[in-house]
Amino acid sequence: MGNTVEIRWHGRGGQGAKTACLLLADAAFNSGKQVQGFPEYGPERMGAPITAYNRISEGGSGSSVHSNIYNPDFVVVVDETLLKSVDVTAGLSENGAIIVNSRKSPQEVRRQLRGYKGKVCTVDAGSISQETLGRNIPNTPMLAAAVEVSHVIDKDRFLADMEGSLRHKFASKPQVVEGNMRALRMSMKQLKVG
Amino acid sequence: MRDRMSGNEAVAFAMKQIDPDVMGAFPITPSTEIPQYFSKYIADGEVHTEFVAVESEHSAMSTCIGASAAGARAITATSSAGLAYMWELLYVAASSRLPIVMAVVNRALTGPININNDHSDSMGCRDSGWIQIYAENNQEVYDNYIQAMPVAEHCRLPIMICQDGFITSHAVENIELLEDEQVRSFVGEYDPEHYLLKKDEPLAVGPYGISPYYMEIKKGQAEAMKESRTRIYEVAEAFAKISGRSYGMIEEYMMDDADFAVVLIGSSAGTAKAAAHGLREAGIKAGVIKVRVFRPFPWEELRKALRGVKAVAVMDKSEGFSGWGGPLFAETRAALYDLEESARPLLQSLVYGLGGRDVTVSTFEAIYEDLARTAEAGTVEHIYRHVGVRGDEEGIQG
Repeated sequence: MGNTVEIRWHGRGGQGAKTACLLLADAAFNSGKQVQGFPEYGPERMGAPITAYNRISEGGSGSSVHSNIYNPDFVVVVDETLLKSVDVTAGLSENGAIIVNSRKSPQEVRRQLRGYKGKVCTVDAGSISQETLGRNIPNTPMLAAAVEVSHVIDKDRFLADMEGSLRHKFASKPQVVEGNMRALRMSMKQLKVG
Repeated sequence: MRDRMSGNEAVAFAMKQIDPDVMGAFPITPSTEIPQYFSKYIADGEVHTEFVAVESEHSAMSTCIGASAAGARAITATSSAGLAYMWELLYVAASSRLPIVMAVVNRALTGPININNDHSDSMGCRDSGWIQIYAENNQEVYDNYIQAMPVAEHCRLPIMICQDGFITSHAVENIELLEDEQVRSFVGEYDPEHYLLKKDEPLAVGPYGISPYYMEIKKGQAEAMKESRTRIYEVAEAFAKISGRSYGMIEEYMMDDADFAVVLIGSSAGTAKAAAHGLREAGIKAGVIKVRVFRPFPWEELRKALRGVKAVAVMDKSEGFSGWGGPLFAETRAALYDLEESARPLLQSLVYGLGGRDVTVSTFEAIYEDLARTAEAGTVEHIYRHVGVRGDEEGIQG
């Protein structure tokens, strides 16, 4: 199981963390990986904290494990207000990284992270999505940030692939494709690593 | 075809490839997506199925019974309280010998209210006369569904194709799909010998069975269930030829020389395999037995596979309230009764994963460690225990 990368997503119901998790599984699948993408279900409702998970492995038969992820390699936080109420770095590998949707610098965010020693990354996904899509839908930029930091998928392949799926999905709305692609690229570029 | 999809999509996709005659269904979490995806196939004209939108699961099963008795291929999907609400009709379907195929997405039964996975719904109706086949992952639930009709129609028994709610039903994983043509020729046309719409052969389905006849009917069902194992193997063998994937009544993982084993059903078997694999690297002879077919019960296979194993935990994802273990434990233990004493493993019952309680690789490591201690002691200290219950000193934590 050593070659399996495990990712945990934290978001709030309605922000698209689950969708981002499933999109990442899709993108990794398209680049030939073995994937799992699954949300944790409970009494979920708009605004309540939710968790979703990915396991991504190179070739082989993939991971046979069917449990939630307690020792992730990477954590993605789609809503920074969760830093106050959820122990987002619980079990997170110190060789890995946490990526937070925030305007703050990685140094500022680190102070809220209960002593986590690994890499801390921030990206202002809210502003990027406002600018490129005209709405606060942070999941697309966070997906790009997850790919940029985790290297689970080759970046160029990921971008080409996303463009293909978006063109397919929004055949009648080409402007949506353009906006999403800009959001992905901008997020990869503006990501701050600390 | 290499693809990725959730367990619910996989079942709906198999249904589409088969294109059955009638679906009667009522939505309930976590199986709702199955009729939902399938309705889209109907709306898009990809299948020719008559979808009967009913007001309850009781009526969903009644629809299937009517359609199947008329000579149609009938399917449904449900979970938890929905399955419970079908209860009386399950027995009608089975005793009328109607090969209805039901996708069960396993979920806990209410009390307290819970939407997450365990097996109490389908274990509750284990004695209703339906064949029950369980899956570890999305690939298996797809493969099992494609094998369902050739088994059920040959044996004239209804069949449940079960998977773990959310854990596989809502998880996207890689999957290998067969081509539509392969599936259609494998499943074939349904050509029943007796059915209501056969005008030259008047027939009554579901009449009153007075005492002088009732037991003969029941014995007939029991014989059909006993014989179904042969058909399950035949169909699995034919399926292996088109898919390259082999199935039996049980799956044995690293059991050849195992000292310690867990016996369980469903998605957690994959987690157990990862733990056993890790322990093997540390020189501990751990193995896993996954029960794929629970009805008919694979007693011969289990007796053979568990012969000579030192210590075994039989794990139930349902609470039988028998006071000494769950249903899988009770039946596995009975299957070992005829083994000579020297070959009989030390056996204990572990109830786990109720209402979606998560079970991890480290949980299984703790279970194997406990089995090693049991083998060392040569006796089972607590025969009936629970896994991961807070403050439970007799239980297993981890």
